[in-house]
Formats: sequence, C-alpha cells, structure tokens
Amino acid sequence: MIKRPFFGLARPSLKYPVVAKGDHGPIKEIPLPQKVTIFLSPRIKTHELILKAGDKVITGQKLRLTGDGKDYLISTVTGSIAGISEYTGYLGKACPAVTIEAKGDDQWDNEFSEKGKKVSPEIALEFFDYFPGNPDFPCLLSFQIPVNTIIINGIDKDLFISTNQFVLETETESLIEGIEHLKKITRASRIFIVVPTGLTAEAEKTGASVHAIDPVYPNTLLEIIAKNILGRAVQTGKTCEEMGIGFINAEAVASLAHAFKEGKIPVDKIVTVINKDYLPLNVKARIGTPVKNVLKALSIETEHGDQIVLGGPMTGTAIYSEDMPVSPDTDAIMVLDRSQIVIGSGSHCINCGECVRACPAKVPVNMLVRLLENGLYEEAAEQYDLLSCIECGLCSYVCIARIPVFHYIMLGKYEFFRIQSAEESNA
Amino acid sequence: MHNQKLFVSSHAPYWHNGSSISGKSYNIMIAALPAVIMGIFQYGLPALGVLALSISCAMIWELLMDIAMKRPASIGDGNAAVIGLLFAMLLPATAPWWLVVVGTFVAIIVGKQIYGGMGCNPFNPSLVAIAIIMLSWKGFMDFNEALLDYDLGFYMVYPLAAVKHMGTSALSNYSLTGLLLGQQSGGIGTTFGLGLIVGGLYLILRGHIRWEITLSFLVGVFVTAYFFNIADPDKYAPPMFHILTGYSLIGAFFLLTEDSSSPVNFIPMLIYGAAAGFLMVLIRNIGAFVDGAVFAILLVNVANPLLDKIRPKAMGKETEHA
Repeated sequence: MIKRPFFGLARPSLKYPVVAKGDHGPIKEIPLPQKVTIFLSPRIKTHELILKAGDKVITGQKLRLTGDGKDYLISTVTGSIAGISEYTGYLGKACPAVTIEAKGDDQWDNEFSEKGKKVSPEIALEFFDYFPGNPDFPCLLSFQIPVNTIIINGIDKDLFISTNQFVLETETESLIEGIEHLKKITRASRIFIVVPTGLTAEAEKTGASVHAIDPVYPNTLLEIIAKNILGRAVQTGKTCEEMGIGFINAEAVASLAHAFKEGKIPVDKIVTVINKDYLPLNVKARIGTPVKNVLKALSIETEHGDQIVLGGPMTGTAIYSEDMPVSPDTDAIMVLDRSQIVIGSGSHCINCGECVRACPAKVPVNMLVRLLENGLYEEAAEQYDLLSCIECGLCSYVCIARIPVFHYIMLGKYEFFRIQSAEESNA
Repeated sequence: MHNQKLFVSSHAPYWHNGSSISGKSYNIMIAALPAVIMGIFQYGLPALGVLALSISCAMIWELLMDIAMKRPASIGDGNAAVIGLLFAMLLPATAPWWLVVVGTFVAIIVGKQIYGGMGCNPFNPSLVAIAIIMLSWKGFMDFNEALLDYDLGFYMVYPLAAVKHMGTSALSNYSLTGLLLGQQSGGIGTTFGLGLIVGGLYLILRGHIRWEITLSFLVGVFVTAYFFNIADPDKYAPPMFHILTGYSLIGAFFLLTEDSSSPVNFIPMLIYGAAAGFLMVLIRNIGAFVDGAVFAILLVNVANPLLDKIRPKAMGKETEHA
C-alpha cells in the first residue's frame, strides 16, 4: 500500500511500477478447470434463456441464448452445461451465470473459422462478445454515434496491473496485425496507442500514433486520456463514445490477430495476480476459470476474512467467494491479507480539503459528500457536480476521516439515475 | 454449506494513504509544543496548570456531550484536546480555574458540539470561547492587568496596548528580535513567535494546514499595516510589529487554518486569509479592541461558506456555457 509521504504538501503521487523490458519470463498458464462460469449481460433475463442444463458444448462454440438469436455466449471449454443460476453483482445488478462442466480435451467449433475468413464489422459483432479484454464492439460500431477516434490502452487503468503492458511488450507483432484488422472492422480515421513513457519504442512499431503518458495514477483513466488527446474534456453527462472516442485494450487488439490467424475465437485471458506482498505476476487463464483455481495454481494461500479484489486497488470490485470466475474484463486479481483491509468509518467530513485537492475532475467533494450522506442526490448532481466524477477513487484514498466517499458517489449516481428514470416513466 | 471460506467485501478503493484525524490532531499538538514550552518556561507552574486543566476539561466536556447526545465517544480523535490546548495558549497564565472550565465549555459545547461535532462548526471553537470570555470577563483578558505581578526581565507592557494608547513612541521599548524570541507579555502560547513559525512550517510541510491561508493572512496584515504606517507613522505601528505581536502568529498558523471553518478552494483561501489580515489590522488600529485577531478571524469564518462557492468548473463542465 502506498502511504502518504512524510511531507504531505503535494498531491498524492501514485506511480505505476512499469515492468522493465525483458523481465517477463514465459507466461504461466493456469491448468484447465473442471468447471467454468460465464456471466451474461444483466440485460438478459434468466427466464428467457433457451439453454438447458445437460446441453453438450464444444470450445469456441457460439451458443444462442434467447429465442431471437441475437444474444449469444461463447463456450470456453468442451463439455456440457452444468447449470444456470443468477448472480447479483455490483450495485445489485442481477445477471444470469452459465456454468459449463469441462470434459476432456478441447474440441474446437468451426463456425467462426468458416465465416471469419474475411475481416468485417459483422464478424466482430457476431462472435466477439466474450473477447479477452472485453472490447465493446457494438458501441465502437454504433451507427448513431460514429466513433472516429480509437484509443488503444497500452497501459492499464489501475495501479499494479500490467496486463496490457505485458501484451504490448511480448506481442508487438500481433498488435501490428490486430491494428490492421481493427482498421477494417471500424470506421475510425484515427488510431492512437497510449503507453507509459518507458515503452514508446515498442508502441512506435505498431503503426498507430503513439501517445506517451507519465505512468502516475489517475493519468490512465479513460476520461483523462481522452482529455489529453482531444485537448478538451468529455462533457459531463456524456460518455467518451458519445464524443466520438472509443477505447480498446491492447489485449483485445492482439486477440483480434490471433482470432483471424488461427480461425479460433480466443478464450484465454491474461490476468495480473497481485499477491499479499504486492508482487504482480501475469498468468494466462481460460475465461470462466474460478479465482480459486488461479490462486491454487500459484500456491497463494487465502484465509477466511481476507479480501479478494477483481481489478486494481483503486477501482476493483471485492468478491466474497473464491468461486467467482475470471471474466473477459478481469485484468487483475488482488489478494489482500485481513490486516491490509481498509475499514471505512462512519464519521463525517471534517472539511480538510484533501479530496478537493486530489480530485482530477475538480469536483467539490467536501460539499458533495455532505449532500450524499443526507440522500440529496438531485441537488448533488445539479449543484455539486456529482456526474462529473470520473470514478478514480482518490477521494476515499486520501480521506483523513476515512469516509467511503467513492462508495457514496457511486451510490449517489445510481440513485440519481433511478430517480430520473422513475420521473421519466411517470411523465 | 459447501463453502465456508468467505471474503470481506467492501467498495473500492482498497487502499488508503494511512492518514487519520487523530494523527492530524497529534501533529498539531506537537507543532504547538515549542510555543507552549516557552510559555511554561516563562510563567512557570500557573501556565502549566491552565494548560493541563484546559485540555482535560475540553476532553471531559466532549465526552459528556457525546454521552448526552448518545453519540460514539469522539475524544480519541484528539480534536477536543487540540481545542483545549489552543484555548489555553490564548489565555494569560493567571486565568482562574473557573474561567478555564467555562471557556472550554463554551468552546466544546457552544463552539462545536451543538453544530454536530467536528467538521460542522462554522467558527473556530477556541476563538468562540475566547471571544465570550473577552466580552464577559474583560479584566482577566487584559494582559497588563492579568500579568501585573510578573517581571520576566523585559518590558512587560502588552505591546498592542502600548501602541494603542501611546502611539509609535512606545515602540522603542521593543525590538523585533525580542518579540520574535518571546520577550513580550501575552497569552501562554502566543508570545514566542519563532516557536509558532517553526511549528506552523512543520504543519504546512506535513500538509496538515493549508499554506495559502497562512501566507495570504500574513500578506494581508503586512500590506494593511504598511499603508496605515505610511499614512500616520506616529500613530500606527509598522507591519512587522503587527505580525509579531498579539495573536497574529498563532492566528496565522493555528486558528485561521482550522479545517471546518476555513475554505478549501484556492482563490477562496487567498481571499479568506487576506480579509482576516485586513480586518485584524483595521480593528487593532481604528477599532475598539486592543487585539483584532479574535474578531477578525470569527468574521471571516462567517464568510467561509460563501467564499467557498468560488470554485473551478468541474471537468466536463467548462464549455457548457461557451
């Protein structure tokens, strides 16, 4: 954990450990698990699913989920469907979870290899929903809001994660090829690649315009990158895509190259595992592998009462069970000892102003948190810039009263949109 | 159950920089120590008695109020002790025990707890208490009267009173170095300028107080006093004299910078500090009180919520009206 420096005059400086080139050994592959679990989009309702327990599936097979055949799932193992359950995730969003039992070696489905001979946007929409790195092709290819600038993340959003950095260093060739595919799939006129200052040499080989950033949090957040590249900030209330900027992880771009070269939909995800001693390690795991298997393969011991976070220390999500799977967007698994867990307090704001100074979006957090504590979500959004928050978590990190400010903000945003949609449906 | 092993769930971030309210309070107390020790050294046991009684009373009032309001005990955060310490530093060493008890009651209960506790007080609690005492028991807060029996080997007339009544002809009794080294009468912890500056710089470097407020206050005092001095050099003291006497330095580093009653945005902090400095010299030079620091700071405390509305546009809102 990075502590406040003795001289605390300046803003917190949270540097990324940039992995020096050549430090990567061969990547460790996590053995194939007995069972994989794949979370579906919360948009899909469990009772509408046409999948049944016992259905035989093979690796890379596209499984239609609903009657209209639009939504699908890519099986990542060969075996049979063991069950369908519902999982309640972040902010109470329920999503169906499909568990597949693996039996024997991988047999590859050939639907993609037949249809995917030519690179086209349709192929991306039809097959790449569960792509490693979780690219949002429906959004990147949207016709309503054309995305004309695509930014490839060569650096990960959160601290201590080096998944994309790893891809950039070890798979430069695939990246070059992947960028060619990306140009064919999207209509973007400009493609940038964002890298930490130490890795510009690798990035220049890829042919995309290189944008080097100082690897200090929160420079790596999408909104800040967008602001630096565009020269103006993403307007409050709009997404980056609505401003014409799309993001894609370097891992997803490299996976594009693998997909079309091998005729197989990639089903492996690179994950940075951060142990209790903060030594990050990159491993390759099949999408859907339970976290338990990953930790076991690395002989990382956990105990009841520890904390496991999917994602990084600032923006990740804690999970309560080791049975949770590695998803296409799981860039990191962080294990914290029970002694390292940060416990928030119930005390109120003392107006020290640390959060205001730390906030990269210039939100008046000291006032905002007072309103949020009292449930005044609409006032918070109208007067105190609730919706300008770019969700970096620095306010909670520096809070001297240890108020869970970030939690309050996320709850506030959720409640605000709920109030808004309720009002719209009443109108 | 097939899975007994459960993990602690909480919201991001999963790191904290390790700062805490109690850590901040202890740092403020450490920073105040040089000036406090000088006070004890000069005035002896009575000063120590006032300090000890004030800190302990403040903590007891805090605890009693927490019990009465059925709130979790908050004396652990050290804020009550800081309020008690700062209150005692402002008092003369001869303050009677009941004055300290009443003063800390006002500071903790009226100045802080009735608003909802730490962070909710619109005024600096120690200053609310001092203001009430100044208005209610004037004699005890008149340093010339209170410290009549002391002779510490330097000119014992309270510098601000001397200038107020005799004009700048009284200045020959004081030297700036002497004032800086604590050779002046005054509150227990307010006279040792060098100690206050060292403590204050420590707090600024550690990030516990906001340097913008301190700096703009000192600039405000200097500029205002400078113009008064130019206008009538016989009547109004020069700027450095104002900075080194009375409650100026303790105000700059310890009172004005109290978190709850001061702004957090850059421009408001500058206005807040400068306005306090301006008002203080104004009250000292043409007002009814000998030292204007108490009321100047309380007045800008009132302006704080309004001042803090001056803030930068949030990211993504800059071009909204363009």
